[in-house]
Amino acid sequence: MLTDVFTLAQAEKEERLRGELIGLMAHHRRNCPPYDRILAALGAETEPATLADLPWLPVRLFKTRKLASVPDDEVIRVLTSSGTTGQVSRIHLDREAAATQSRMLARTLGAVLGPRRLPMIVVDRSGVVGDRRSYSARGAGALGMVNFGRDHLWLLDADDRPDVAALKDFLARHGDAPFLIFGFTFMVWRYLYEVARDHGLDLSQGILVHSGGWKKLADQAVDNAEFRRRFAADSGLTRIHNFYGMVEQIGTVFLEGPEGGALYCPDFADVIIRDPETWREAPVGTPGLVEVLSTLPTSYPGNVLLTEDVGVVHGVDDGHWPGKRFSVVGRLPRAEARGCSDTYAGGRS
Amino acid sequence: MELQRLRNVFRAALELPDDVEVDNLEYRGIEKWDSLAHMSLVASIEDEFGVMLDTDEVIDLSSFDRARQILEKHGVVLSD
Repeated sequence: MLTDVFTLAQAEKEERLRGELIGLMAHHRRNCPPYDRILAALGAETEPATLADLPWLPVRLFKTRKLASVPDDEVIRVLTSSGTTGQVSRIHLDREAAATQSRMLARTLGAVLGPRRLPMIVVDRSGVVGDRRSYSARGAGALGMVNFGRDHLWLLDADDRPDVAALKDFLARHGDAPFLIFGFTFMVWRYLYEVARDHGLDLSQGILVHSGGWKKLADQAVDNAEFRRRFAADSGLTRIHNFYGMVEQIGTVFLEGPEGGALYCPDFADVIIRDPETWREAPVGTPGLVEVLSTLPTSYPGNVLLTEDVGVVHGVDDGHWPGKRFSVVGRLPRAEARGCSDTYAGGRS
Repeated sequence: MELQRLRNVFRAALELPDDVEVDNLEYRGIEKWDSLAHMSLVASIEDEFGVMLDTDEVIDLSSFDRARQILEKHGVVLSD
């Protein structure tokens, strides 16, 4: 049985995470010399008083440095993700870290999917995971999700055209009981929403899990609210869960709650929104840079990462699940991102 | 039920030769048992033994031995 991971009120979460993250910081300092040197150079405290005082790494550091806390011969997977600069993050997982990340991802998504594997539509083509030696980031994302489903339908053909006949066939077999839909946000919109609307398909039993951001939909003026509204109006699909996560904190996802509109942090993770000028924690309602915290990384020092995404906390302990409710609203413009990296303010505000 | 059936399922799903030893296999321990092959292995196990595995069992199915234990939980007892 899956145990719920959306249980802790903010104060209790912060107290627990602080202790665990201090322990992990010491673990990584012992086992990852470059990380230890960075923290030493920052003059990082060994026992920060609050989560916000923990030293962070800029997420792009994983693109330029090898940061691992396990010996090479214990690494079983190296995950990569391409970035806008063409540089690639390299994330080193040992057996335990690899197992933990898939277990915790399952527990997080289990909160909205339940323990059973549901018939599943993947809004992608099967070829995206076809070449086993060189998965694209897109392929790796899809592959991480297929465990949650059964009787998979890969919606797109080899030329990225939706297979409407196969979709109708899937819905005829599975459409009257809960089924899972996964895809990247812009692809779900382009290939599933439009097809469902144009063919009058009933997706009302679907549970959609999607990720990837809104940038590619901005020119169509589709944001999260509009996405939800139109899916509901034109296909009956209302169980929609966006999530936010990154390869540098693999297994940790921040998940949109059932009421829609805000992301929640699982018990083993949190976010802090920082003012990019002062690095201080931004108040509720004020946008800033998203820092992500998670206890999952044990084989590399990725527990506290400052992203280049802009987010805003909407409220604390006042939503469907306890803890912070937040949104990711965009990315820091590239020039500023470079400046931020050059400054590399590290963990002290 | 015969353990040999589970061995055959592993060999077929992971595209291994008929005579290869599979009792000590672990997930990602060999190149052919990757996350893609894992899904066909799970589907083959479900078909062969008429069971439906939950998400946590699919993730937990990290070795031949674990597969045997998970099947036991579903009332499928395999012996040599």
